[in-house]
Amino acid sequence: MDATDLARWQFGITTVYHFLFVPITIGLSAIVAGFHTAWVRTHNPEWLRLTRFFGKLFTINFALGLVTGLVQEFQFGMNWSSYSRFVGDIFGAPLAVEALLAFFLESTFLGLWIFGWGRIPERLHAATMWVVHVGTLLSAYFILSANSFMQNPVGFRFNAETGRAELTDFVAILLNKVQLVTFPHVILSAYLVGGAVVMGVALQLMRREWLRCSEIHDEDAGGAADVPMYRRAARLGAVVTLVAGMGVAASGDVQGKIMTEVQPMKMAAAEALYESVPAGEGAPFSVLTIGSLDGERARPLIEVPNLLSFLATGSFDGAVKGINDLKAEYAQTYGTAGMAELADPSTGYVPNIPTTYWMFRLMIGLGMAASAVALVVLWATRRGRTPTGRWLLWLAVAAPVLPLLGNSAGWVFTEVGRQPWVVFGLMTTASGVSPGVSLGEVVTSMTVFTLLYGALAVVEVKLLLRTVRQGAAPFEQPVDPAEQDEDAPLAFAY
Amino acid sequence: MELTTFWFILIGVLWTGYFVLEGFDFGVGLLLPVLGGRRLSRDAADAEKRRRVLLNTIGPVWDGNEVWVITAAGATFAAFPNWYATMFSGFYLPLLLVLVALIVRNLGFDYRHKRPEAQWKARWDLAIFWGSLVPAFVWGLLLTNIVRGVPIDADMEFTGDVLSLLDPTALLGGLAFTALFVTHGAIFLALKTDGPVRAQARTVAAVAGVAAAGLAVALLAVLGSAHGKPVTWVTSGAAALALVTALAANRVGREGRAFIGTAAAIGLTVATYFVMLFPDVMPSTSNPAWSLTTENAASTEYTLTVMTWVAVVFTPVVLLYQGWTYWVFRKRLTTRHIPDDVAPATPAGDATGVTGPVRT
Ligand code: HDD
Ligand code: HEM
Ligand code: HEM
Repeated sequence: MDATDLARWQFGITTVYHFLFVPITIGLSAIVAGFHTAWVRTHNPEWLRLTRFFGKLFTINFALGLVTGLVQEFQFGMNWSSYSRFVGDIFGAPLAVEALLAFFLESTFLGLWIFGWGRIPERLHAATMWVVHVGTLLSAYFILSANSFMQNPVGFRFNAETGRAELTDFVAILLNKVQLVTFPHVILSAYLVGGAVVMGVALQLMRREWLRCSEIHDEDAGGAADVPMYRRAARLGAVVTLVAGMGVAASGDVQGKIMTEVQPMKMAAAEALYESVPAGEGAPFSVLTIGSLDGERARPLIEVPNLLSFLATGSFDGAVKGINDLKAEYAQTYGTAGMAELADPSTGYVPNIPTTYWMFRLMIGLGMAASAVALVVLWATRRGRTPTGRWLLWLAVAAPVLPLLGNSAGWVFTEVGRQPWVVFGLMTTASGVSPGVSLGEVVTSMTVFTLLYGALAVVEVKLLLRTVRQGAAPFEQPVDPAEQDEDAPLAFAY
Repeated sequence: MELTTFWFILIGVLWTGYFVLEGFDFGVGLLLPVLGGRRLSRDAADAEKRRRVLLNTIGPVWDGNEVWVITAAGATFAAFPNWYATMFSGFYLPLLLVLVALIVRNLGFDYRHKRPEAQWKARWDLAIFWGSLVPAFVWGLLLTNIVRGVPIDADMEFTGDVLSLLDPTALLGGLAFTALFVTHGAIFLALKTDGPVRAQARTVAAVAGVAAAGLAVALLAVLGSAHGKPVTWVTSGAAALALVTALAANRVGREGRAFIGTAAAIGLTVATYFVMLFPDVMPSTSNPAWSLTTENAASTEYTLTVMTWVAVVFTPVVLLYQGWTYWVFRKRLTTRHIPDDVAPATPAGDATGVTGPVRT
């Protein structure tokens, strides 16, 4: 293992870790803002309690999203300096714009929201959370347009004199066709996650409150009053999950076609399809395969006929190119001069097949499983029913975990499927690494990040579970800022 | 003006904004064991309330303050990719240290109040203290190294090692920045609190201010003698003057003025650094011809133009709403404003006031 391999592992691990918190931030900020708005509109105490409760979960999650994002911002320069020099003219701009437009907005307005209780008028207060949400969308837009450039470079020219890529059209970067399909797909999968978090947490609390009250045989006094509140939140979360899930599938379908257009190798790798399938035959999509996926001993267990053709081309018998043909094609287009890792005939231009193959399936499978959970929940709670079986607990835990893992799988697929390129067709990953950073330094940072992130995961999960166990705090009438007594304790304080 | 010069100035402004704003956050974090320690407090409960007063003065704003450094890094990447690449890969381990520090510190702010146990809080207090000390010192150390020059080869790669960064002037830079931030933080606390904390913060500011003034003057004199230009003597002098004015204003209880003074002292120090650098962005000690300059490190004209438009349109907007948050949270805090840790019992007669089995 050399410095490059380690730098790749480090980037992959830290980014996947960052992206565990990001979808929760994006999805949950919208839902909390919705709860808060519902409170302002109806003044039904339940909405306020839900706002505060999920708001607390939100802030715990946001804190980690923020600190892990900080690492990302530094990491391009620290570990990928050659890459940064090569594309900085193009890639730096969306990053800077993201900070200026999105991060300032998110952080400032989240501060206002968290500390705003009793200090700013209620309508404005609810609006601050919507601004946070808009900030997360902007942030996602700019970072994804940076990533889309890496997937499908546009709006630039190569300057042979300076040896670097130069921006010629910023609008083209923002409207990259890959970006236009990636953004909806990512945002919808974030809503899917947000909905699933609300659904899972509310289900668990609904069951607990119900059991507690039936134990003390006192349905009116005890927490029975909370059962309908959690039930409603669970159903709401389930609806968000389901609707977003359908959107994710629809957008993913479009994305598949664009991907086949710009990176045909990735689609071939997603299916471990070695031999091209000509038009008219229809390539099948294998759901499960045993064997080695090296083109020799693969044996599909379940196959859906013609589905791959449909995913790749939109027609059930469209032609799909296989890895072997594409290898030759890529070699012709991109040449191998000077790029040692491309010259190796067995791996040149071909990403890691088992990873892409399985991650693609995991992404779809896990994400869709979350939608299935949502369906079950909606069914079980139909027309006023309150299910309380033990199975509910399993669903409650599975609900948020499934789509989160699905998201990670989707990203690992996308990024590994692009290899060996860091910028498709322009620069290989190996040549993007910092030449001056030693193995020892990367080992150090890798060790530090692994230990630190591991410890933070433990702290965060414990804190989240503890907060969930506490459930929504009792209703407290918020103080009108206009009537706030100067010396009264703050409604919210660190 | 050349666009490259404009962006060099803008990046200087971003760092200034970062140090002026996050500078007092660092100071507050560093003063946590002093102003929130047992010695100045009546008892443990009082100390805890006082620490919470300190933390709440920056609670709503520290995250917004920190985005200044993210923007500075992003803007450096966009406008001077080579500068970004050389600096961040060259200062690999110190920056790793800064990252770790910022991570634990930010989590300290966010997580400390989420559990009532004393031990939980004590641990995050440590995280906040060290997480404020390390970046304050390391930023000073690194920026001073940049002005002094570091070994850079013909390919713009940093060729030194970590030990080469620990030069006496650079260490002095780290100390001076730290002392400036402590002073700035103490004055900020005097401005934002009331009661005993306010009075003691002023005393601390007076003491720390003298140390900061001594260190800063020594630092600017040493740097100026090697890299000074006529203007930098003016800005250095102005920085010293601003600091002295701040301390005088602090003595007579004009906290607002004192704050403007320390902010100006920090801003002028950063300005001095940037003027000393110009037109280099990272001078090379190996061979002056290999230095990174505003020209050879810059992006293309087109990128700089696009970025200029974005910056010109949106920076004022950011300043407006950030300014507005400071206005919203302008009230001075005292221990009376700090709610008790454990929520009071459910008020009787509350229709939905139902408690779960575990509560805080
Ligand atoms: C849980 C979430 C989730 C679910 C259910 C799906 N996806 Fe997805 N997918 C993602 C979460 C995701 C993601 C993590 O958000 C990715 C990674 C990069 C991206 O753009 O989105 C992704 C990437 C991604 C890509 C790669 C794009 C590229 O590399 O250019 C394709 C082709 C699809 N998806 C297609 C689909 C299809 C056809 C789906 C289903 C039926 C599907 N996705 C469900
Ligand atoms: C948050 C979603 C993302 C995830 C989960 C993710 C994940 C990964 C993973 C797993 C790798 C390693 C691939 C390999 O080495 O085989 C990688 C590589 C990389 N990704 Fe992403 N990525 C994400 C988004 C981005 C974005 C938005 C950017 C750019 C702004 C980016 C830039 C890179 C770079 C520079 C590499 C090169 C290192 C490498 O290939 O090993 N990634 N990413
Ligand atoms: C690999 C490239 C990435 C970089 C450099 C990066 C950078 C950052 C930084 C610096 C923050 C902290 C902002 C603050 O202080 O408030 C952050 C948070 C955030 N990032 Fe990333 N990020 C990356 C990947 C992504 C991706 C792929 C997305 C979205 C699709 C994303 C979305 C967000 C969002 C929504 C936040 C808000 C805070 C949170 O999640 O808790 N990031 N990111």
